Formats: sequence, structure tokens, C-alpha cells
Amino acid sequence: MDFTPHTDAERKEMLADIGVSDFKELVKGLPLYEGDFKIPSGLSEGEVVRLGHELGSRNQAPPRLLSFLGAGCYEHYSPAAISALMSRGEFLTAYTPYQPEVSQGTLQTLYEFQSAICEITAMDVCNAGMYEGASALAEAVLLAVRETGRQEVFIPHTLHPDYKAVLDTYTAEASVQLIDVPQRNGQMDLDFLRARVTENTAAVIVQNPNFFGIVEPVVEMGPIVQAAGAFYIAVVNPLSLGLLTPPGEFGADIAVGEGQALGIPPGYGGPYVGLFTCKSKWLRKMPGRLVGQTVDVDGKRAFVLTLQAREQHIRREKATSNVCTTTALIGFCANFYLTLLGKQGFRDVAYQNLAKSHYALDQFRQIPGVRVPFGDSPFFNEFVIQTKVPVENLQQALLEKGIAAGLSLKKWFPELENASLWAVTETKTKADIDHVAKALREVL
Amino acid sequence: MESLIFEKTQPGRRGYVLPALDVPSIDPAAVLPALALRKKVSELPEVSELDVIRHYTRLSQLNFSIDTNFYPLGSCTMKYNPKVCEQVANFTGFRSVHPLQPASTVQGFLQVCYELERMLSEICGMSEFTLQPSAGAHGELTGLLIARAYHKYKGNARKTVIVPDSAHGTNPASAMIAGYQVVNTKSDPKGRVDLKALKAVLNEDTAVFMLTNPNTLGLFETQIKEVAKMVHDVGALLYLDGANMNALVGLIRPGDLGFDIMHLNLHKTFSTPHGGGGPAAGPVGVTEALTPFLPVPRIRKTEQGFSVEETAPLSIGKMRAFNGNSLILLRAYIYIRCLGREGIRKLSETAILNANYLRAKLHDRYQVAIDEPCMHECIFTSAKQKRFGVKTLDIAKRLLDYGFHPPTIYFPLIVEEAMMIEPTETESKQTLDLFIDALNKIADEAERSPEILKTAPHSTPVRRLDEVKAAREPNLRWRSVPVKVSNPPTPAKT
Repeated sequence: MDFTPHTDAERKEMLADIGVSDFKELVKGLPLYEGDFKIPSGLSEGEVVRLGHELGSRNQAPPRLLSFLGAGCYEHYSPAAISALMSRGEFLTAYTPYQPEVSQGTLQTLYEFQSAICEITAMDVCNAGMYEGASALAEAVLLAVRETGRQEVFIPHTLHPDYKAVLDTYTAEASVQLIDVPQRNGQMDLDFLRARVTENTAAVIVQNPNFFGIVEPVVEMGPIVQAAGAFYIAVVNPLSLGLLTPPGEFGADIAVGEGQALGIPPGYGGPYVGLFTCKSKWLRKMPGRLVGQTVDVDGKRAFVLTLQAREQHIRREKATSNVCTTTALIGFCANFYLTLLGKQGFRDVAYQNLAKSHYALDQFRQIPGVRVPFGDSPFFNEFVIQTKVPVENLQQALLEKGIAAGLSLKKWFPELENASLWAVTETKTKADIDHVAKALREVL
Repeated sequence: MESLIFEKTQPGRRGYVLPALDVPSIDPAAVLPALALRKKVSELPEVSELDVIRHYTRLSQLNFSIDTNFYPLGSCTMKYNPKVCEQVANFTGFRSVHPLQPASTVQGFLQVCYELERMLSEICGMSEFTLQPSAGAHGELTGLLIARAYHKYKGNARKTVIVPDSAHGTNPASAMIAGYQVVNTKSDPKGRVDLKALKAVLNEDTAVFMLTNPNTLGLFETQIKEVAKMVHDVGALLYLDGANMNALVGLIRPGDLGFDIMHLNLHKTFSTPHGGGGPAAGPVGVTEALTPFLPVPRIRKTEQGFSVEETAPLSIGKMRAFNGNSLILLRAYIYIRCLGREGIRKLSETAILNANYLRAKLHDRYQVAIDEPCMHECIFTSAKQKRFGVKTLDIAKRLLDYGFHPPTIYFPLIVEEAMMIEPTETESKQTLDLFIDALNKIADEAERSPEILKTAPHSTPVRRLDEVKAAREPNLRWRSVPVKVSNPPTPAKT
């Protein structure tokens, strides 16, 4: 099945209109590949759906798999209205809204996305979306380095390791010095920052909640960073902002984040949407696309891509970034989620995450062989435990019971022996939590 | 026009309600420090599910899209996005999989990624692909960082990336981020590489020459093998911007032409939906010598099944969190499995046929930039309409009234008043004929009543926009409390 519509007769007619007798005349003299492609023959729709089912069944996924994996990607309930709207061809199969007269659906929805994200982050401006969280952070750091002309960037030891790795890749050629900020009881060491942040510092990054799920002293950090004239860059979990102090209220210059928690399916890594917000001051230095409100020639309210003079198709090598994708469709998803949950639901979901994760940790704590390394540090919907057996053994044993255990931290934090990171969202019932606690007790 | 969703708020109305909490309730202030707690509530909309569905359904109807309109946007490959790809991507066994699940629980997904990588390598004649980059420009950056790592490994990172003046704007922007100086080189009058101009800028400092083939005028680079030799003779690498790969799939393999690195835009050539500007995926393919520098993770096939290799000593590292836009990769995989080895050739042949058909049928009334057989797209200009005071923008806007999305306009930059038309292979002769009729009528209108064009569109939900106002007085978000004008005009004293 190849989705080309022409009949043989039409093909001949078209070739005749072009003035050639054979397709080959159109590609005469080109270095055509003469070999056979080692690709299977085409399938009919029924065959390919069957193939999809077979391959899909070789993956384990919720709800049959009871998963406690988080670490930057979270299982949240996504109301049915979201996928119904996202599958509308008018949204799904439109391009970047270069012709605003016939793209008001995309443009207004993106404007509402920007507005909703500004509301939850309390930041001044938000762009129309980045690829995902980690590269959004890298773009924020490049902005800070460019604007300050300084090279030192402070990276929390408690930052998501993938975000750290992406920063390494993006800054490898920019003579940026990444400085690791040690953790104390799972939080950034403020004394270290007080002693080390100076007028050579381009930016200080905080992730809140951090990779361990712990809430950082974000308010206390602000004055330390601001006194040095450095950029205060926050990486936030947008869902936590139903409860936690938003970056706009703790003085962040730029706040980025992974939008996935806002009703976007885990999808084995993507597509997600990177959130990028900042103070008005940095508006013209932002990467990515921006949608603005204006009027048409009849004075009607309308929306359009704006401030494009920052972008690559105008500025080429002088652009603020090379990004042109907005990941609009996924931004829509986040916007639909925030709109459906609304003012009250957004607080409720954050609250349920807090209550369920605390209930789970309370159960786990009582199991002999479980230790809680950052016992007194406040956390949102994720926490670290240490067990008397290696995490791999634990994972294997729980997997046999249909449970995906927390993530092993060995690869990144070998100093934390047998540590695992558990996320408990609103999708877990009390029975689920009691079930996994019982299973853990049996294994340990 | 539809009001903003925020303007539809009714205090207390709900669009979704969570299940009752079934664990003991806790006081947030008892477990979180006072400073960590949010004080001011976000002013999100308070609307019902029907409010949401109706609002966004009506907004969606203000869009042109492939599903509703012919969308011949040059260089964007707006082909039909098969619904079966959407259906499979929505299977729970794919959409609900967590990216950090153990490899043993994601064998189906790993197989999809592994086989997709092999098929893309086969189609492009490259040794291996990374599926990690999130978009075309992300792929360019990945490819250039691979080139840089390769040159560094050989002892000298080199200084420059050469980019033709016909290139997409992302090429020079990506080169800058990769730490290179950009050297622009002039194209010949047909938009092809000017060998003399290239020779003048190629030297031992050149790291990469970035090229789009077919070029942005829709023409094949006939001297590509000479270009490759010149580039390789100074030790530089040849990069293919795969934006125009829809012309080559199944016909010509970039690896056979001498390209060392290339990116694909799966949302173009391999038919994943554009989604109003994303999501996308920009896999990067390389020759064997460059495979050690590919980003991690890499998927390997072993006797025990598929496994994920997290580190590699010479790798450039990671380009994003997790493994990639897997649900986009899955759609591309399903698409290629539908087409199969016969289908991929028919794809590019039909794309080329359709573009040449438009060229043949339109060249009486519209100036063709270069009137010779084109590949998958063709560049026209408004030169014949200029004497009536009509510009390319006016023709584009008038097309909207006829129900067609306009072509890409004012690109490539080297063609004055360009209209870049890419019909793609999924459009029927009837659709192309209707489009030709519309453009012919517009050519008549340009002669007889050019005002209709200059004030077009007339029948769209909104008409031409005040873009200057949008940029001068940025209004980028709704606010619960309207912003006061900071300097209200002072009344004149009488």
C-alpha cells in the first residue's frame, strides 16, 4: 500500500502533458541506484495493524504493568477529551502557521498554551514550545552565557543525569565551565553557592523538585544568585506547581521544564514538549517561536507568529537558536490538560500526588531492609529508598509480579548503595500501594 | 472569531474531576516548608468538558490542513499522513511505555527502533543512523557535533562550515551552535554548487560542507561526485540536509554520492504528521568511519534479544533526555512497512511526476525560475505579474480564497519573488488540475483586477494581519487583570 492515487491511464496522460514518454526521461543522467533494497515488501493495512499488535504486545505497559518509574517522565491520567482533540486532522496535519489567515486554530491554541504556562509558572513570557525539557535547559544556559559574557555555570549534583549529559553535549564547544554543586541531605548545598558564586558566574541552575524528588530551597537561593548578577535558571515539573512556589515568585530569570507531566503519554521517550519561560527582559533573546495577538485589516482580534527577527530563517548564523520546531501538537495537549483540569483540578492533582507519595513512603519505611537516605527532606511525588538487596534483584523479583520497581540509581550515584527512585502519582490507588509494599516486604 | 478559553470561565465549573482521595489526607504545610508552598492560585480556565471540546473543535476548523486542503508548501513535503500510522501509535503497548523500563519489557519497541534504523540506513546508503534527534535542525546540530568530534579525534577540530546561499536558515544557525564559523558560498544561476566558488573557500580549515540535494530550487546537483571529491581532498566532510529526500527515496542513495553525514526529516519524507509545527524527528545517518561518534544510547541486536548500549567511548553524548521521539519513529516505521521496497520507489517517482506536471501546466502563465525537468518541487516567480503591480505575496493570499494553501514564498532567497511548489506524491491529478485552474484564474485577475489580489484574502476567518503591531506591542499571553497602559496620554490643556 503506497498511498499514491494515479491510475496507469492518468500517469500516461500526465507524462504526455509534460512532454515525455517515460518517467525515466525526467531523471535521465542521474545516478540511479540499481541494486535491490533490503526492505520487506509492502503490507496491506490489515497486515500492518496485526504487525503493530504483535510488536506492541512485546512491550509491557500500564495499566497491566504497575509502574513506579518516574525520573523525568510520569504516568498521569490524561482525560479522553485530549486524545479526541489531538486526533483532529485540522490540528494534526497542519504545518507551522506561516499563513495566519488560515491557521487561527493553531495560533490561538498556542497563544492559550503560552498563557496557561505563564499562569502556572508565574513567569512573564513563554514561547510556543521546545523539543523537550533537557534541550530547553541547554538553550537557557546558552542564552545566559551569551548575555553575561561569563563562562561559569553551576549545575546541581541533584540535576537529572540526562539533563546534565545534554548540557555537556551542547556546551562542549562553547568554552563553558560546568561546576558541580554538591548535595547535602538531597538538597543543593547553599553554603557552597554562597562561597563560590561570583561575578564570573553566568548562571546557577536549580531543578525543583530535583532528580531525587526533593523540594529545593529555591526562595533562599534567589538572593545568592542575584547578588552576583548571574542568571537564575529553574527546571520545574509543571505539575508540581499546583502546590509549589512557582519560579516567577522565587526570582527565576528563566524557567524551563518538561511538559510531559501535563497529560502527555510517556510514549517510550517522546514526543514531549519543552517549556521555556522567562522574564520580559529576555524576551528578544529567547529561542523558539512566539505567538502574539494583533488585529486584521478589519480590526478583528487575530493571532500571528511574531518577533521572528530572532529566528534562523531571517537571521541565519546570527539567530538566537537553530530551533524551528515548536512541538505545537504536544503543546496543545498540555494546554488541553490544564484547561480540563482547570483552576481547582490543577491544585487537586498536585495535592493527590503529594498525599499518595507520602502514604507510599510511610508504608515503605516500615519494611525491614528499607532505608530512607534523605529522611527529613521535603519531597513532592518521588523519593529515594535504599534496600538491603541490589536494585536489580528487587526489579527482577517485582517484575515477576507485574510491578515495575523504582529506577536504580547505581549508574549515576554509585555513592548511594542499592538506591532506587520511586514515583507515586495520582494514578496509583491505595490498593496498588499496599500491594507493592507487601511485595517489597516479601522480597526483602 | 472564537473568544479565548479564559474568557469563557464560570467560577466553580469543572472539566475533569479526579477520583476521591483513597489514602489519608495530609496537610501540605505539615510536610513542605512554608516558603516552598504556592500562595497565589493560577488563574486557569473554569470550563466544562463540552466547553473545551466545542472551543477547540471550532478553533481547529479555522485551520487549513492536509486533511482538508491541498497544501503544496515547498520544502515541507505536506503529503497525506496515513491514519493507520496514527492507529498503531495509539496502541497502549506503545503509548504507555516508560522510557526507563528495563530492556526485557520493551522488546517490541526496541525491535521497531532497530529495524527502522536498518531500513533508513539501507534507503540512504549509510552505515548507521541515530534516531535520537528531535527535529531536522536538531539533527543538523547532531551531525555537525559528530563531524567536530571526528575532526578532533583526528587531531584538529577545524574552524569553518561552508553553507551555500541557497541553504535553509537552520544550516548556518546550527553551525554556529556547533562552534564553527560560517562561510557562505554563492550558487550558480541554477542554484547548483558553483565549483569555482566552492574551491575558493575550501581549505584545511574546512570541517564540513553542508548541501541540500536536490537543491532548494528543486534541481539535482549533477556535479555531486566532483563536489564530494573536492571536499574529501581537503579532508573535510560532506553533509546532506535531507529536507528534500522525498525526491530521492528509492531512486538515489546519498551514501553512494559521497555524503558522509545526513539527516532525515521523518515528518517530511516518512509522513509523520506535522502537528501545526511539531513534533518531528530528525534521525542522522553516517558512514562507517563516523559511527563511533554517534550519540548514545545505541540499540543492539544480540542473541538474547535487543539491548540498549548506554555509553560509547567516542560518542558525542546525549542530544536530549531519554531515547528519542519514539512514537514518531513508530509512525515512520509503520509507514515504511506499508510502502515496502516497491512503494518507496513509487513514492519519489510520483512526487517527481506531480511536480513536473505542475511545471508543464503552469509555465505559460507563470515564470518558472529554471525551466528544466525538476525533482519533487518547482520554483515559480511572479515576474509575469509584476507589471500589474502584483507580488508573490498577493498571489499566495489570493490562493487562500480558492481553498488552497499557498506554496512556500520568498524562499530560496536567491530567487526574487519565489513561489516554491511541492505537490507531493499523494495528490491526485484532479486536485492538481483544480490548483492549476485556480492559479490560471488568479493570473487573469492579476491582469484585469489586481486589487482583488492585493486585498486578498477575502473569505478566510480573518484577513491580512497587522504584523507590525504584533511585534511593536507584544501581547503574548492572556492576563487575568488587564495590564494598565504605563503612560496614559495626558489630556491636552485648553
